[in-house]
Amino acid sequence: MELTLWTYEGPPHVGAIRVAASMRDVHLMLHSPQGDTYADLLFTMIEREGRRPPVTYTTFQARDLGSSTAEMVINSLRESAERFKPQVLLVADSCTAELIQDQPGALALGADLPVPVIPLEMAAYTRKENWGAAETFYQLVRGLLSRQAPPPGTERPPREPGARPSVNLLGPTKLGFRCRDDVVEIERLLSSMGVDVNVVAPLGASPQDLQAIPKADANVNLCPEVSDLTCSWLARTFGMPTISTIPMGWGATRDFIAEVASALGLDVDVDAVGESRLPWYSRSIDSTYLTGKRVFVFADGSHAIAAARVARDEMGFEVVGLGTYSRERARDVRAAAKEYGLEALITDNYLEVEAKVQELQPEMVLGTQMERHIAKRLGIPCAVISTPAHVQDYPARYSPQMGFEGANVLFDTWVHPLIMGLEEHLLHMFRDDFEFNDSVGPSHLGSEGEGARAQDSSSGAGQPDDGAIVWDFEAEKELKKIPFFVRGKARRNTEKFAVEHGLTTIEVDTLYDAKAHFSN
Amino acid sequence: MSTVIASSEDVQHPGPQTQERGQRAVFCGLTSIIWLHRRIQDAFFLVVGSRTCAHLIQSAAGVMIFAEPRFATAILGERDLAGMADCHEELDRVVSELIARRSGINRLFLVGSCPSEVIKLDLETAAAKLQTKHENRVRISAFSGSGIETTFTQGEDECLKSTVAELPVLEASKQNLIVLGTVSDIVEDQFRRLFDDLGIKDVHFYPGRKAGDLPAVGKGTRVIAAQPFVGETARALIGRGAELISAPFPLGAEGSKAWFEAVAATYGVDAERTQQVLEMPYQRAKRAVSVHRSKLEGKRIHLLPDSQLEIPMARFLSEECGLGINEIGTPFHDQLVMRGELARLPKEVPIVEGQDLDPALSRVRASRPDLTVCGMGIANALESEGLRTKWSIELVFSPVQGFDQAGDLAGLFAKPLARQEILEVGSWS
Ligand code: SF4
Ligand code: SF4
Repeated sequence: MELTLWTYEGPPHVGAIRVAASMRDVHLMLHSPQGDTYADLLFTMIEREGRRPPVTYTTFQARDLGSSTAEMVINSLRESAERFKPQVLLVADSCTAELIQDQPGALALGADLPVPVIPLEMAAYTRKENWGAAETFYQLVRGLLSRQAPPPGTERPPREPGARPSVNLLGPTKLGFRCRDDVVEIERLLSSMGVDVNVVAPLGASPQDLQAIPKADANVNLCPEVSDLTCSWLARTFGMPTISTIPMGWGATRDFIAEVASALGLDVDVDAVGESRLPWYSRSIDSTYLTGKRVFVFADGSHAIAAARVARDEMGFEVVGLGTYSRERARDVRAAAKEYGLEALITDNYLEVEAKVQELQPEMVLGTQMERHIAKRLGIPCAVISTPAHVQDYPARYSPQMGFEGANVLFDTWVHPLIMGLEEHLLHMFRDDFEFNDSVGPSHLGSEGEGARAQDSSSGAGQPDDGAIVWDFEAEKELKKIPFFVRGKARRNTEKFAVEHGLTTIEVDTLYDAKAHFSN
Repeated sequence: MSTVIASSEDVQHPGPQTQERGQRAVFCGLTSIIWLHRRIQDAFFLVVGSRTCAHLIQSAAGVMIFAEPRFATAILGERDLAGMADCHEELDRVVSELIARRSGINRLFLVGSCPSEVIKLDLETAAAKLQTKHENRVRISAFSGSGIETTFTQGEDECLKSTVAELPVLEASKQNLIVLGTVSDIVEDQFRRLFDDLGIKDVHFYPGRKAGDLPAVGKGTRVIAAQPFVGETARALIGRGAELISAPFPLGAEGSKAWFEAVAATYGVDAERTQQVLEMPYQRAKRAVSVHRSKLEGKRIHLLPDSQLEIPMARFLSEECGLGINEIGTPFHDQLVMRGELARLPKEVPIVEGQDLDPALSRVRASRPDLTVCGMGIANALESEGLRTKWSIELVFSPVQGFDQAGDLAGLFAKPLARQEILEVGSWS
């Protein structure tokens, strides 16, 4: 049993629903108790869809347990096939159905339905949402394409002379983070390189579209959490190269362009493809105060790795923590963390993430909706860079994260929660202003309420109680004069300094000794 | 049923009543945690279930940012299912961890889910054991919020029922009144003032604002339901000697008046005084409702099952706002608590208990009502087909009970129609 305050991912069947709901002419029959239809709201409310997701739930109740649940499965299958006439019917268990073992996949295959059926094994007690999406997508693609596969070892014929190069964009789904606009942005980018997009999937694709996947020259593994498995199967089976740079951030977008060019054998001038405002905004003097801001990054694997690079190389922050909840991506994130001299935090335990943020006392958190809870508790500015996200992060306006426009969006989004430069300076100088002070947030956020809030959260709960160090009254007062967004760090460093030097009382001088000690 | 007093003569709904079975698009009882954690501020809700259950709650409540969450899930793992880990020991560990982390909790609810019930994990026994361990520190009880046993608001019923056995015994010579079912803070305050004016003393709201606010119960206890989904708790209170007052629910001017009158009558308050006390708020409520009546009158409404509020809601809309009712869907039709309502419904209105989603939606599409009351999984889909909807969950999350909310209640239904007239973008037809 695992105590979970917030979960980073839903169960695997939600991943299956995401794939079905992203596509056309696919229907999912989910064996599940009454109540699991809450998942519809993820699409109708959070994604604001104007249709119900293409899912039929058996919605069994206690009185059905025992005899009639298998019958419900068969009826639901028949009705879904008749009513919705999909090209493919997916069949899966939710976590509760997994326990009662009706094996709906086997029932479906035996039921002689007028539609091809793909059964899914969801493993609800060991796997999670992204795995479920990846597995569903993979099973669909494999189910539809394996008959077209050339004999193993067949060389892929070269592109016909004169034919335009093309790629598939694989991985984007509903409820992914900004997938809607990322697809538009990357299609635009590719088209300015003279590259066509053959199939985007799952988002917007039909089973028929999936069958056209092998026609492209390469696959862009745009959301590895969802498309890794499928891309490597397509590479093995059809010899299709995988383009794996995630074009998030200015530098990564340029690397992506280069990778596409080399995979397709194109001669492309990277500078001519497009440009972002991020490099200039970041170099302009107004951004100097961003230098060395200590940020903590936690997200799904792809967004975490990409965000760390943008944070350090393009914004000039210091990345003080990097982690992910995607165990499937643990290796990549560990490797990335090494580059920043960090040990990656690989966990899906919210409390561990909270403890880490508390320990590191960063000046900003780049995380998920869950990190917003942590940031609120600790009074740290926060921006959301990855799922899980809520309705605010499915905006009406064009807001990609990828490509050159995506880099513009990242710049604005990340700077927004921070205190503006002038305000930061004045807070350093004058501490007792009745309007601008520690106890209110940054004034440009008005009443938005979140972001930097000055609870001096570092002492008390959760702090290492190292032999009861006492803060002298004057020292405590002096500490309060340090602006709140770096105060947590100052307190921690001073306490660390005191422990290292065998001090039991912290005086004003200890504070400054520690400051000098850590200033290099 | 001798325990039901002041019952209306005719409790049977004369119109067609059917039951439907099939796909149900409703919430499970776990969802009630979303409002219960706010009402009972020092309580913590620990769901014992799967990642699905954790995901459900955070998808609903996680849009608010919590510095201190007041609910969590103990997620069952493979080891628990394989029987390798003793679930009771595991729960013990998780609960101790939780209690250590949160000093402000006075009441811990262990909440059962579909997975915990299918594997027959006995949370009541677990709660009792844990209680011994944490005696003097926190009260612990268990209830079911599973989808297989409970629908949406029934979670609150199960929650309240789980504490009935703990209620102190009311002294033989004493009398008190329990108002049953969550109402918002402001509604509680208004109701208290009116009970005061009627001279009715010792009124307890259940659940109260603090977990320790437990009313005594016994022979002198009268219970009035403020919400329609508290049938099981009502039965448990009757089992402890209380009498249930039958009345319509306090929705709208008429419903509120009849509700207070029923209480006053059982307390023997003289009719003239009752009229005196209620007259002013009643007239005010009627005026407030009439503001919206022009928008609503003559329109047709269809209610899909969700919270059990559908029947009283339909009664209010037809009786006070002049709407025609196509169909009332309810997830569960509890005759005991609904007695006061049925006689006031228009005779021909069909009541459908349960659901078969797709055929139910076909009926909505066929009749194209002016307004459909439904859950949020359906609302936007109907809107995009050109039908106007009122998402029903808001009725559970808004102060709608009592005289001074009657206008707001009508306003909730008038608003989508008003919006249709205001917006010049897109089209609804
Ligand atoms: S928070 Fe808003 S968008 Fe999200 S489910 Fe609730 S009402 Fe819908
Ligand atoms: S209690 Fe049942 S219906 Fe509710 S979320 Fe958990 S598994 Fe789903």
